Amino acid sequence: MMHSRLMQELERQGVSRRDFLAFCTSMATVLGLPKAASAAIAKAVESDQRPVLVWLEFQDCAGNTESFLRASHPTVADLILDTISLNYHETLMAAAGSQAEGVLDETVRKYKGEYIALVEGSIPADSDSGFCTIGGRAAIDIAREVCGGAMATIAVGTCATFGGIPAARPNPTRALSVADAVPGVKNLIHMSACPANAENITALLVYYLTLKQWPPLDQYRRPLFAYGKSIHDGCERRAHFDAGQYVEEWGDEAHRHGHCLYKMGCKGPATSQNCPNVQWNGHTNWPIGCGHPCIGCAEPNFWDVMTPFYERLPNVAGVNMGKSLDPVGLTLTGVVAAGAVVHGVSEVVRYRRGHRPTLDEKAQEKKEEKP
Amino acid sequence: MTHVVVDPITRIEGHLRIEAEVEGGQVTQAWSSCTMFRGIELILEGRDPRDAWAFAQRICGVCTTVHAIASIRAVEHAIGATPPPNARVLRNLIIAAQNVQDHVVHFYHLQALDWVDVVSALSADPAKTASLAQSISDWPLSSAKYFAGVRERVKAFVERGQLGIFANAYWGHSAYRLPPEANLMALAHYLEALEWQRRFIKIHAILGGKNPHLQSFLVGGMATPVDPDAQSSLNLGTIAALRSLVADGVDFVTRVYVPDVLAIASFYKEWFSIGPGIRNYLVYGDFPLDDSSHPELYIPSGIIHDQNLSQIDSVDQSKIDEYVTHSWYDYSVGDDKGLNPFQGETRPHYTGPKPPYERLHVDQKYSWLKSPRYDGAPMQVGPLARMLVAYALGRPSRAKELIDKALAQLNAPPSALQSTLGRIAARAIEAQVLVESMGLWVEALAENMGRRDYRIQDTSRWDPSTWPEECSGAGFHEAPRGSLGHWVHIRNGKIAKYQCVVPSTWNAGPRDAQGQPGPYEASLVGTPVAKPEQPLEILRTVHSFDPCMACGVHVVDARKREIVRVRAA
Repeated sequence: MMHSRLMQELERQGVSRRDFLAFCTSMATVLGLPKAASAAIAKAVESDQRPVLVWLEFQDCAGNTESFLRASHPTVADLILDTISLNYHETLMAAAGSQAEGVLDETVRKYKGEYIALVEGSIPADSDSGFCTIGGRAAIDIAREVCGGAMATIAVGTCATFGGIPAARPNPTRALSVADAVPGVKNLIHMSACPANAENITALLVYYLTLKQWPPLDQYRRPLFAYGKSIHDGCERRAHFDAGQYVEEWGDEAHRHGHCLYKMGCKGPATSQNCPNVQWNGHTNWPIGCGHPCIGCAEPNFWDVMTPFYERLPNVAGVNMGKSLDPVGLTLTGVVAAGAVVHGVSEVVRYRRGHRPTLDEKAQEKKEEKP
Repeated sequence: MTHVVVDPITRIEGHLRIEAEVEGGQVTQAWSSCTMFRGIELILEGRDPRDAWAFAQRICGVCTTVHAIASIRAVEHAIGATPPPNARVLRNLIIAAQNVQDHVVHFYHLQALDWVDVVSALSADPAKTASLAQSISDWPLSSAKYFAGVRERVKAFVERGQLGIFANAYWGHSAYRLPPEANLMALAHYLEALEWQRRFIKIHAILGGKNPHLQSFLVGGMATPVDPDAQSSLNLGTIAALRSLVADGVDFVTRVYVPDVLAIASFYKEWFSIGPGIRNYLVYGDFPLDDSSHPELYIPSGIIHDQNLSQIDSVDQSKIDEYVTHSWYDYSVGDDKGLNPFQGETRPHYTGPKPPYERLHVDQKYSWLKSPRYDGAPMQVGPLARMLVAYALGRPSRAKELIDKALAQLNAPPSALQSTLGRIAARAIEAQVLVESMGLWVEALAENMGRRDYRIQDTSRWDPSTWPEECSGAGFHEAPRGSLGHWVHIRNGKIAKYQCVVPSTWNAGPRDAQGQPGPYEASLVGTPVAKPEQPLEILRTVHSFDPCMACGVHVVDARKREIVRVRAA
């Protein structure tokens, strides 16, 4: 194995076998696999068989593409990319115009049923609307063709996953998620968040390459290894929450000492993602770590249901808590306050899991909230 | 005459289509079309203005941060919030890091393959490549062994038969003129830059929690606490990390990026007279250096008319109008009229051909971009505009010094900057000016810490009950691609109207009511095209602007007209 091409390339890049195995172990950690899995990962990523990927961009901002470029194990991740054949990616590919379209056509034909489609951005419902065309073709027609022939489709980021910001109220372009625009695609996996964390995208690919199967998903089709736990449950500030120590004002002593951001509007309790563990940009930091509340970017319709961002959780649009969590309760100290909040949080989670409010219902709730 | 269509234009952000008439080996007419619309400004209406930055930032993930900055400035202007010194310094650092990182990525990963032939690099001699690299820079990764390794790596990649993102490009095109050794050096630096950008952007993770889409902005300041005595705040550990990341940035920009641009340019000198296009330039200015209401700006603002560098006019917002004559929108006053952003209207109305289509109706409406005009004239914005204004004003002095040095090295007059290659060179010079300036703000942050200045946000204006019932404001910013403005109107604590006028709208917009082309369209005229079926040269000129189409498509929808002073604080 030491003499495989991958290892030669690694060595050329100054990456020792030891470093490589350390990377595989850390991948296993991201994926929540037993330590022994790192050997299997090492074997899988050394394979000469490079699966073919096409990355489609529709109503997007390229934020997921940029995120992908920032994968945190730089040298090795670069080779992980070498292990995959990224045949089409408008932001990165050398070819343009008809030559670019030619590559996509050829890939879809030649690798029918074998390639993986990644989709970034939402898709306007009406093909005649002109809201998104590429090479003169409507986005929804391209998505149907490319995702329709794929072995699996990965919706990358909240726009492709849940419609995201283009689909936020009043959804001026009738933007749809991949699931709604192309019903019935095979092996659809949702990597939500705005943008999706590069580590999780890489981990998903490694998961498939290693185990030759796709991971178990939650009710929103998100891999459990990345979305199986709430931000709140993994938060480094959780002890302050439990102790009733909250930031009250930007820059106050509690803020400077890393106390809980719940009262500043943190949506961590209602958001499932592994940010606290994996963090961002090479485990450098994450939003709560830099002093700002979580905005719930991995959740369905977060632009509508998690806003206003600086309102504390029970008061945001998507959750109707009634009077059960009066803010006055939070000014109590210690266990009582924490208990009230935990109660509130579990209510929120139940509410969200059981029922996704429609926009009309949300508008109705908003109306009712007004005096 | 040949009608050339390039769609998708790749290696950009977003969805851009170029149609061009080619006759006698060059472009005679060109049309720039953006083919995607989302309507984020409509989505902002009725929302909490303190949330607006998070929405606006999603206009673009390549130029992440820029719409967040313009948004918080617009809301602060409206409600009368004043960010404290720590916030000003942190924002300057974030803005500079964004510009520098974006410029490097643009050159190596989005633009370089128009000038660098990857296939030719495979036949390079590593020893000669090493001599070339050592002749232009003292960057240590320059041995024959190193370049041999890169060549082998790429060769192995090619031999595996799956070319991935390098497939089907214009390799071997006669317009590629670098010797194999220069191609190999550039390819090595393409890979190095991919590693470098991941490291450098940690500045954003430290100051913003993550990149892309930083999450530390606040109306009235920043959310990152500053306290030298607290481990959950920006402290002296942060200062040390920032110093080291900035030093790494200075190193890469001055020893790799700038020398590469000048070396590659020296093989393509005729491109210093191709693609000037519109010779009017607009700069709002940025990087406030003090906390007064009229701060001095490190990158100064100004207007240049018809390449006259001897007269720099000040910017007057009331002279900005937008046209929809050739854009897929309707105006109630008639589509031949221009509307100032404060009177603007947004009524998307697609009248283009039904997809799938072969040709746009370029005599009618043909883009989702509007056509902004200043005093009726199209304007070019971006690093070239900024460097020309800085050059003319002589400040910052470092800009003038570096421009003169580059021109001397290339043996070219200042007028050469107004070209396809000039835009690329100006971007590199600007990256050096800005990365060098970052040290100033790191030290300013350290000084504030020493004074135990903990203020990061104007808490007096956080509660909407402190705001006027009705107010409006504008925020201006110099994004990597040029001058960006956001306008907001707030009523009863909610956004009543929101609008953006964006760099790529200025540069990539279609013709206006008078038929005047936008900067992309004007620059393409005269661009040579050796093979219409492989329009490599069109990509060179279009990429020299660093297109960003997701940014460019916006809606303008405000009712009140008012004069707004340019403000970047």
